[in-house]
Amino acid sequence: MISGKSVVFREKKLPYLLLTPEVVLVLIFFIWPASQALVQSLYREDAWGITRNFVGLDNFRRVLADPRYVESIWTSIAFAIAVAGATMLIALFFAALANNIRKATAYQTVIIAPYAVAPLVAGVMWFFLFSPAVGILSYGLRSMGMMWNHTIVPGQAFFLVVLAASWQRIAYNFLFYLAGMQIIPDSLVESATIDGATPVQRFWKITFPLLSPTTFFLLIMNFIYTFFETFPVIHQLTEGGPANATATMVYRIYREGFRQLNFGSSAAQSVILMAFVIFFVVLQFRYVERRVVY
Amino acid sequence: MVTDSTPTRIFRHACLLIGCLIIIFPVYVAFVASSLPLADIFARPMQLAPGGEVFNNYYQALFVGGRGLGGARAIGALVMLRNSLIMSVGIVVSKIAVSLLSTFAIVFFKFPGRSFFFWLIFITLMLPVEVRIVPTYRLVSDLGMINSYPGLILPLAVSATATFLFKQYFMTMPDQLIEAAKIDGAGPMRFFRSILLPMSRTPMATLVVIQFVYGWNQYLWPLLATTDRAYYTLMIGLSRMLVVADHQADWHVVMAIAILAMIPTIILVLAMQKQFVRGLTEVDK
Repeated sequence: MISGKSVVFREKKLPYLLLTPEVVLVLIFFIWPASQALVQSLYREDAWGITRNFVGLDNFRRVLADPRYVESIWTSIAFAIAVAGATMLIALFFAALANNIRKATAYQTVIIAPYAVAPLVAGVMWFFLFSPAVGILSYGLRSMGMMWNHTIVPGQAFFLVVLAASWQRIAYNFLFYLAGMQIIPDSLVESATIDGATPVQRFWKITFPLLSPTTFFLLIMNFIYTFFETFPVIHQLTEGGPANATATMVYRIYREGFRQLNFGSSAAQSVILMAFVIFFVVLQFRYVERRVVY
Repeated sequence: MVTDSTPTRIFRHACLLIGCLIIIFPVYVAFVASSLPLADIFARPMQLAPGGEVFNNYYQALFVGGRGLGGARAIGALVMLRNSLIMSVGIVVSKIAVSLLSTFAIVFFKFPGRSFFFWLIFITLMLPVEVRIVPTYRLVSDLGMINSYPGLILPLAVSATATFLFKQYFMTMPDQLIEAAKIDGAGPMRFFRSILLPMSRTPMATLVVIQFVYGWNQYLWPLLATTDRAYYTLMIGLSRMLVVADHQADWHVVMAIAILAMIPTIILVLAMQKQFVRGLTEVDK
């Protein structure tokens, strides 16, 4: 049962009236399309939507038998691990540095600003820096003897999308780590200091273990972010290429559903993606304790 | 707070300073490019000091547009700014309004189906637009809402996060408030207007920041829901300008639009930093 007030109003019809706008929007724009995806995933349809045949789980079988699709699952996972790893390490480092500074507001302001920048704009800016034709960083790398062309080299393309996505994501991780550190009682840290622990020892022996709930929470949130919110970065920087090196699951749905008009297959992919979200959300709600008290 | 030794303190500041400079670097380069004549952007390497074309470039960005936006009928960023603003304000207002009403119902009333409705709203958390993109596109297209503001706004206009935030906030309000309202003979809507609404300013401010950023930065949905230039948001206009090969793009205009596109959200987040941080780290999402 969902908690509510113990003292309540007794009107019978009013609550339904109040719920109507939200429920109507949810049913039309969320539940209906989602159920369409579920139904569609069991049918095969030609590109003009004229004929439609029931094919059972055949769309799923086909999708999962397609090595390029399986590759996109691994690409998404690799991408998520890279972004989560990079942003959490950097954010943890920044937060540990900023935590013990009295006037850290100026640093915090700069670190969180990229959160406000649109993923697409981030993609445009990093594209500009690394563009083989005009980028100053690609120019710099070339003058140091490294050929940079992310439109040809898959590893470089992957690195670039990780870089652009991480640049944005450090903000979120930083705020959570800093908030986590600020609720650790000073007495714990002080007693360690009296025992002669260096700042680095204090960090690894006290702060970091106490932050493990935050770390777990951030891991899940970063996975959700990388899986679902990095489409603009990829679309702008690499269009999934080269050789599908940066084609994540969401990117493939876009490409199959809108450019190749394969609706059955893209619906099956949507359903698989839904399974991933449900998995993440369940993890987030079942196992994550957000309010940690020491 | 444990006091650091001087070398430790210097180390902290030095690292943070370098980190901040690295974070600012792409934005700074974008700004420099937006202040240079196009020819200078193609110089290898591009200079890193701002040039003197700020006025011309931003004027062209706002009112004229550039390559990739459709030749003579090109639109300037002013149109895109307006579209982005309408879309994000629409999303913010809708999310806050519908969540406020539904959370009011769920928290302050007892009625059959209360849990069901809560879970119905909860489920939207598992259906981000990326997951339902193809059927949503078909639906909006069948409704004739491609290239319209409702088409841009409605599929994104619901938020489980807002419901959670309001619910969490309402639950901390003392029961005496309702009792007092009842004794005074105030009905539920009177209570909603005179007590709940004014008391919900804090979570509302938080939601305004977070959801405005969310709406402003949307890309995948407006990419599909707009084919007419008159409805391009800033993000769509930007990406259309870069469909041309990168050595042909009007980089000076692109970068001016990129800077224009990030100013509103950065100002909002920094001006309301406290609400933003609290909203992000304290919502039981």
